[in-house]
Amino acid sequence: MTGNSLDPYVAAYARRTTGMRASAIRALFAVASRPEVVSLAGGMPYLQSLPLKEIAAQVERLISDEGSVALQYGSGQGIEPLREQICEIMALEGIVAEPDDVVVTVGSQMALDLVTKIFCDPGDVILAEAPSYVGALSVFSAYQTEVVHVAMDDSGLIPEAVEEAIAGCAARGQRVKLLYTIPNFHNPAGVTLSAERRARIAEICRSAGIAVLEDNPYGLLGFDGATHRAIRADDADNVIYLGSFSKTFAPGLRIGWVLAPHAAREKLVLANEAATLNPPVFNQMMISRYLASFDWKSQIKAYRQTYAERRDAMLGALSTHMPDGTRWTVPQGGFYVWLTAPTGLDTSAMLPRAVTARVAYVPGTAFFTDGQGGSQMRLSFCFPTPDRIVEGVRRLGSVIDAEREVHATFGSGMGGPRAAGGIGGATPGVIAGVDAPSPNTA
Amino acid sequence: MTTQHIMVLAGGLSHEREVSLRSGSRLAQALRATGFDVTVRDADSQLLDWVAAHRPDAAVIALHGGRGENGSVQAVLEMTGVPFVGTESRQCRLAWDKPTAKVLLRRASHLTPDWVTLSHNAFRDFGAAGLISALGSRFAFPLVVKPYQGGSALGTVIVHEAGEMPGALVGSLAYGDVLLVERYVAGTEVAVSVIESDDGPIALPPVEIVPSGEFFDYEARYTAGMTTYHTPARLEPELMRAAADLALAAHSELGLRDVSRTDMIVTPSGEVHFLEVNVSPGLTETSMLPMSVTAADRTLGEIYDGLIGRAIGRGR
Repeated sequence: MTGNSLDPYVAAYARRTTGMRASAIRALFAVASRPEVVSLAGGMPYLQSLPLKEIAAQVERLISDEGSVALQYGSGQGIEPLREQICEIMALEGIVAEPDDVVVTVGSQMALDLVTKIFCDPGDVILAEAPSYVGALSVFSAYQTEVVHVAMDDSGLIPEAVEEAIAGCAARGQRVKLLYTIPNFHNPAGVTLSAERRARIAEICRSAGIAVLEDNPYGLLGFDGATHRAIRADDADNVIYLGSFSKTFAPGLRIGWVLAPHAAREKLVLANEAATLNPPVFNQMMISRYLASFDWKSQIKAYRQTYAERRDAMLGALSTHMPDGTRWTVPQGGFYVWLTAPTGLDTSAMLPRAVTARVAYVPGTAFFTDGQGGSQMRLSFCFPTPDRIVEGVRRLGSVIDAEREVHATFGSGMGGPRAAGGIGGATPGVIAGVDAPSPNTA
Repeated sequence: MTTQHIMVLAGGLSHEREVSLRSGSRLAQALRATGFDVTVRDADSQLLDWVAAHRPDAAVIALHGGRGENGSVQAVLEMTGVPFVGTESRQCRLAWDKPTAKVLLRRASHLTPDWVTLSHNAFRDFGAAGLISALGSRFAFPLVVKPYQGGSALGTVIVHEAGEMPGALVGSLAYGDVLLVERYVAGTEVAVSVIESDDGPIALPPVEIVPSGEFFDYEARYTAGMTTYHTPARLEPELMRAAADLALAAHSELGLRDVSRTDMIVTPSGEVHFLEVNVSPGLTETSMLPMSVTAADRTLGEIYDGLIGRAIGRGR
């Protein structure tokens, strides 16, 4: 008598689905969405400050004036007016580009998927920061690539570590295809790649024949208002640049873009058409009208002020409520603080205690594919109000205290998690898996 | 006849919220197909106001873990006067607390793996190393560490040697300050659901659980394809009867009402050991109660229709 596995396709699934399983840790994020819980886990932008009434009026006009175009199929590359506006946005970070080199995508997440699809075969290596964006790691995993993490410090990726990683892969006979980096206000580490290192890393990758995949969703959200010159600005031939409206306007519209050298752009358009036919025309036109009609730069300035206040609230609360031995990064923009718990604590194992105490974070192992990050966590300050952030950090401090007490009980018998080094990490000066909420949403 | 309005409680703030939402959604679908007007509600601070405003004809609790199973929600419903499907609040307390349930079943001469209940404070005050050593001597390895309350095997670990104990204990204590250390009993894991009807409690066909890994952990429970289920279980007739009898005994000894699911281990030598009982069994696509219902040629909607009728009848 054969039993029932409840899945008739068990033998039919592709190997890339091996890691697609239920997870007790991920399930805890269902609780994080409740208002009783202070969620420092999700990376949701604070949209309440958008001019919603004016946007609604624009949407109405879009339907009445251009509905037959907005609701129709469109170009696989995206509508030209928006691509022109995207070039103007990228110019703020020193990029000179033509609209023809831009491909609009369903969020920059789709751009990540398309770039990986056209560049990587199973077994190829992608170099990524340690830690790296969980959504990118999911894409890389889906294409069966191997991620080699490269150390960072307060100034971002360490060039010598990039060289070492490339040499190590060569010695093992591995083919490195891409270096994936988030140079500005990194997710999750919160740090920014220095100008000197940008040039150096671009040079290293160019020499090694490795394309740089520059992911820049937070670049305009520097708290001092300054922008950093993009890596792509000085290397048009070897950098593929990803941009997004999710953090500067509205993530629900799912509109991002990829800027790539001409030949790669051709393939990206074909891949985009194969995946989605075209990015949503309505959403593109809506964003185009928003950019043309509103003072969007002032809106971004308002966002910067909002997030700066929240960053300050979080840093102040961390100073007040975290026990000795806890370290964290100090972001100058973006959404995230990367925190290292006192030695020996395992932030994945501690998460149920935190949820019981009604505070949530993302355990550090989510941002690695090799088991690092066990004593670390990502804290988001973008969505909760400052007073909620303070309350959440207070609860987190109590949780860490309680967990430390349990660890003290079991003392040297505890092996401890595999800590990453680095900023706020085990090894001063160097930041050294995937169990996370759906990227940015919990 | 007017359509009856049923409140399905799902969600909550326990570690099992996600599972509960799936149970609630599936139950609501089944009840709507049966003809009920269904509202799925979270168990939150607006619950009492909502109940006062809408006065549902009955409630079904699809909450798992924490206040959904420890008697809290049941006590609230009892105070509102809304009839509900499931065990009364006071009995929930007994069933929810695993050591208490084990004591009561052992007192009624049923087998259950030997155990001790220890708090974090006990390890701290008496010394962790000495206690771990004593646990190893008493039970031998492997042994099982689990939170004394809670479901879905969250925080449950099979420990193979003393060196693994501290990590297992810390992981389990993250779910609560008290834990259960239990002798590991090798055998076939079986779940038997009990449903009450006008003819008394009946045991539905036992489900035999064969996880692809070492034990039936969270991943194995909720990833379709990772566990093979045999319903009815591949047991000799006398063991099938023994499994059903144990589930009926647990239902009766613990004073449960309407519906329960008892988890047990059947050893190769034919012993049937009680592990724990659930007063709010899972109703997801991978849960055992729905499998048993299907194996009994019944439907979830039909079963809960009957239970709702009983609950409303009690309220009159």
